[in-house]
Amino acid sequence: MQSSTDAVPLAPRSLPRIGDPAPPFTANTTFGTLKLEDFKGSWLILFSHPADFTPVCTTEFIGFAEIQPQLRELNCELMGLSIDSVYSHIAWVRNIKEKMGVDINFPVIADLDKEVATLYGMINPGESKTETSRAVFVIDDKQVVRGIIYYPLTTGRNMQEILRLVKALQTSDAHGVATPANWEPGRQVIMPPPKTAEDAAARVASPGVECKDWYFCKKDL
Amino acid sequence: MACIDPSGTLTITAKFLLKSLAEQPLSPEDIAARLGEPLFRVRGNLRELSGADYIEEDGGLYRLTEKGRKEV
Repeated sequence: MQSSTDAVPLAPRSLPRIGDPAPPFTANTTFGTLKLEDFKGSWLILFSHPADFTPVCTTEFIGFAEIQPQLRELNCELMGLSIDSVYSHIAWVRNIKEKMGVDINFPVIADLDKEVATLYGMINPGESKTETSRAVFVIDDKQVVRGIIYYPLTTGRNMQEILRLVKALQTSDAHGVATPANWEPGRQVIMPPPKTAEDAAARVASPGVECKDWYFCKKDL
Repeated sequence: MACIDPSGTLTITAKFLLKSLAEQPLSPEDIAARLGEPLFRVRGNLRELSGADYIEEDGGLYRLTEKGRKEV
């Protein structure tokens, strides 16, 4: 039995959270070896799926392919991941093309050793110890985690919500505003609440601003 | 690997990239714009070709080595 002096304390694993630098990695993908740093300067949606050649995942890959052009217009790339071999990924992507007529033009990480999945907390052992859940990490152009979504194995993700999230984050960055529930581009945005009494008074008197109260003000962009 | 197949032969992707450097050194951004490829893909390819000594980097620009020039 090990004595307390022999025991090496395990470093607590901290999963990436919103606002953290995205953990760097090097991965084998369907596009060759890629590193997270290869995506610097672009936004990135890093997402995991449970397994290749499964029906819900196939609908999601088709969905991601469908929004890819819009993501590219937002300077946002896509990268998938599952705990499958690169050969399985290649075969599945070819199968999606052959059977569904959809080209998959984003890299997919073959994470057989679960390194990236573990780094990003994509495995939820209560659900499955061998498959990743449906995780989405929205990483900005400075490689900071800006949004995280987790869906269970049973439920395909909503591509329009992922797209909306990227648009909302970029709008917030560009204009220094927040976005309300169910926000869509073109709708009013929320102004950050004033932090001083003086600013609060000035806010409610500002032209072009609609306030329910000093802390709750919207405006058009 | 994306640029060199298992037999050690350069892929079409690699050859296009090397050709883009035939006249002058370029940055990854310039190469991506010329080839119409996403920047992340170009960076990955540059790393691979650099590791195989077909190109070298100097001050953020990539240029062909002697080995790379023979392929162009």
